[in-house]
Amino acid sequence: MSEKKYSKKHEWVLLNGESATVGISKHATEMLGDIVFVELPEKGKSLNKDEKAAVVESTKAASDVYTPVSGEILENNQPIVDDPSNVNKDPENNGWFFKIKIKNKSELDSLMSPADYEKFKKDNPN
Amino acid sequence: MEKTALYNFHKNLGAKFVPFAGYEMPIQYKDGIVKEHISTRLYAGFFDVSHMGQLFISGNKFSEDSLEKIIPLDFKEIKMNQSKYSFLINDEGGVIDDLIITRVEGGFSIILNAACKDNDIKEISKCLNTNSKYELKKDLSLIALQGPKSESILESIVNGIKQLKFMNGGYFDFEGNKIYITRSGYTGEDGFEISIPNINVENFTKLLSDKGAKPIGLGARDTLRLEAGLCLYGHELNQNINPIQANLKWAISKRRREEGGFKGWENIKKDLQNGVSKIRIGVKPSGRIIAREGTKIFSSSNEEIGVITSGTFGPSVNSPVAMGYIKSKFSEINSKIFLEVRGKKHEAVVSKLPFYKKSYVK
Repeated sequence: MSEKKYSKKHEWVLLNGESATVGISKHATEMLGDIVFVELPEKGKSLNKDEKAAVVESTKAASDVYTPVSGEILENNQPIVDDPSNVNKDPENNGWFFKIKIKNKSELDSLMSPADYEKFKKDNPN
Repeated sequence: MEKTALYNFHKNLGAKFVPFAGYEMPIQYKDGIVKEHISTRLYAGFFDVSHMGQLFISGNKFSEDSLEKIIPLDFKEIKMNQSKYSFLINDEGGVIDDLIITRVEGGFSIILNAACKDNDIKEISKCLNTNSKYELKKDLSLIALQGPKSESILESIVNGIKQLKFMNGGYFDFEGNKIYITRSGYTGEDGFEISIPNINVENFTKLLSDKGAKPIGLGARDTLRLEAGLCLYGHELNQNINPIQANLKWAISKRRREEGGFKGWENIKKDLQNGVSKIRIGVKPSGRIIAREGTKIFSSSNEEIGVITSGTFGPSVNSPVAMGYIKSKFSEINSKIFLEVRGKKHEAVVSKLPFYKKSYVK
């Protein structure tokens, strides 16, 4: 199991062999507030890096979630669709969004390490 | 950007601020919108609504006659300390603002929306006789206390408020100063609105907090009023919508609906007699999809028939809720309609309002 990586749009990716799990960071959920709706990409869908993959809505507004890596959707996390508060409860673990079959591992190189992400958050409040 | 007298108080409570109508206002506190909403419904919450305008107009026969030209109420009917919900009306019958007016000693007190208050005062002053005096009370704050425990909490701070009935008010004493309290609010809960000098407001609000009332931001204020089916100016109401279209005929006094004599009467009379072509409705999406302001409404035969004006997730009804305007012939309760969200059509029904049952003390 490798290290978690983060995008500038506050998604996280965890590589596991040829596939990866994607979700949104704890920081993202804190900015969004109470999540009340989640729409996930269907299994089998092919997406390019930085393409719109999912939608989250809080009581305030709707936001898009982008995939930080290209590939094919293998699985999506139905429990967060059925009860979106699961994302707020455990965003970087049980609140994952989808699993994706990775097309090009080198895309991960452009993402941030947890330490770099910590720094990025400090330099970019909001 | 203006700040209310409670700005630092909010900050210490962990408020997140947003610009709203020229003021820096708390959108939420540490608990977040859903918990704040539920606290208000189950216990009690306090809201700083000091950004709203508190206009005092000195009253006499002439000022009442003048006000009747732009506010479609029967002023003779308003008893001392009684509050009424109504509007300022423009020449076409559109709503310049919605308001609460209360008859107080020496005149009337009118609560105006923050974003509209400066223009409202212009419109009101145009109608008033030069002998009538008016003043926007900038030395006063306004606090709403809402929820089932409001009465016991407030009674423990201000003796005698228990006797107030819904939409009635009176002067009370707090720390040697006069404060004006009405039993009213905008959440669908029992509650009070307290007009209090800026110098007393922090002490007063601290007491509410000490007695267990939770601080509530604008975010939960919006989900609460939407569940209660109440209009928000700039969304359900604007200068191009008249009260009949907004389904608020009840807020025009009976005598005024028969006699008219206010601005925009010709248009309103026509709509009263012939019915309206579009009308405000409640909308309940069938799934979890949230229809935001601007979402288009379609019929079963794919005809565009209306638009959503407010939409969010209702924590107490545990489903999405929305309001909007629809062609009248499609407005029957439980009619199936479709909402276009992110390019896809989602099923919904026309719902009766409110989504959440009120519990006012009559």
